[in-house]
Amino acid sequence: MDQRQQRIKDFLARFFRNHDLGPNDDIFGLGFVNSLVAVQLVAFVEKEFGIRVEDADLDLDNFRSIAAISALVARKTEQPAAGG
Amino acid sequence: MKVELTASQRGARAGFRSFAAAEIAPHADRWDREEALPRELLDKLRTSGYLGSTLPRELGGGGHDMITYGLLSEEIGRGCSSVRSLLTVHDMVAQAILRWGSREQKERFLPALARGELLAAVALSEPGAGSDAGSVETAARPDGADFVLDGRKKWTSFGQIADLFLVLARCAGQPAAFLVPRLTPGLTATPITGLLGTRASMLAELAIDGCRIPRENLLGRVGVGLSHVMATALEHGRYSVAWGSVGIAQACLEAALDYSRKRQQFGKPLADHQLIRAMLTDMITRVRAARLLCLRAGHLRDSGDPGAFMETMVAKYFASTVAARAAADAVQIHGANGCSADYPVARYLRDSKVMEIIEGSTQIQQITISQFDFQEF
Repeated sequence: MDQRQQRIKDFLARFFRNHDLGPNDDIFGLGFVNSLVAVQLVAFVEKEFGIRVEDADLDLDNFRSIAAISALVARKTEQPAAGG
Repeated sequence: MKVELTASQRGARAGFRSFAAAEIAPHADRWDREEALPRELLDKLRTSGYLGSTLPRELGGGGHDMITYGLLSEEIGRGCSSVRSLLTVHDMVAQAILRWGSREQKERFLPALARGELLAAVALSEPGAGSDAGSVETAARPDGADFVLDGRKKWTSFGQIADLFLVLARCAGQPAAFLVPRLTPGLTATPITGLLGTRASMLAELAIDGCRIPRENLLGRVGVGLSHVMATALEHGRYSVAWGSVGIAQACLEAALDYSRKRQQFGKPLADHQLIRAMLTDMITRVRAARLLCLRAGHLRDSGDPGAFMETMVAKYFASTVAARAAADAVQIHGANGCSADYPVARYLRDSKVMEIIEGSTQIQQITISQFDFQEF
């Protein structure tokens, strides 16, 4: 798990008590993520990595796992966000 | 954490206070009786820049930070909760568009909302869907380049006069948010009168019968209408209501202090009776605590901290209950006078009850806050 993934894991850990979250674990499938967590997850990703999550990014698959979130951050940081 | 307003925030607060004292508080009881806000007030709110004040300056907004916006909500709410409600619902829609709107939607709607040329309102609740917002039955059906909406919305604040509605519907079973102009054929607003509190909020029930809405008025993708679009609006609403509740509580405190100084019973002012002092002390302490929670939520919102969501909820929960308690005690201190229309505390009591219901009832906040902390600890 790289440093970015670890930072995501550290944030998610508070919602996943007693579960060692793997990089490809489906966080929706594990049943821990409700709408309250979803809202905070977007805010966390934006603040922690300095990106702006747009409507086009709100595909569940972009937030399904630590690896998926990390990949989204990588795409957003490598390509300046389109306006909108 | 430094809990101190900047010079700019203090200056803004002085301006809000002065505006509320001159243009709002002296008329609030009459507006409450008439169950409407006058057009002249709306013009003054537009001129003052208080509508859409949190929108960026480049879009014509006031560029207010969240603390300044909170102070605006408190000072306006201290004068009249219905006027505060007008600012709240308008900004809820503006914030949702700012956060999730396309570039075209932002350019099309936000400058007009910032100038107050368009007045916006939130159409979420339905006759059968209140706290359980996910159960809305208003349906959106794709039809060519449009969506066709059918349903009923209830308790829409300023539904009598708003030009633009943020409507939550279900599309193929998934939540979807739409920007629906008032003049859309098939949209009818029926005033709701005789409410307990915030009586000048000009509520309406909306009948949405075959309203054809272009796809470009879908705000956010289908599926995120509640979890992200409406969540953004509601979080902003909770924040404004939290501060507005502090405003009510502050108004109650000032009214109670003033009355207890002047009113003589048993040969001395009420203020010299220890049981009255106890009520006043509790009021003073709770108002300060509520304001601190609001300030903390505001700081977190300004910094984009993910914890802002829960802290805003905590602030709204606490501040609304503080307002209700302060209003009940203020009426108690006023005795029979407090039950009359001669003093504003009766209005504060009625308005404070509404604060415990709107933007998430006290019980919904209790469930959510405790659920979150069970998750975290």
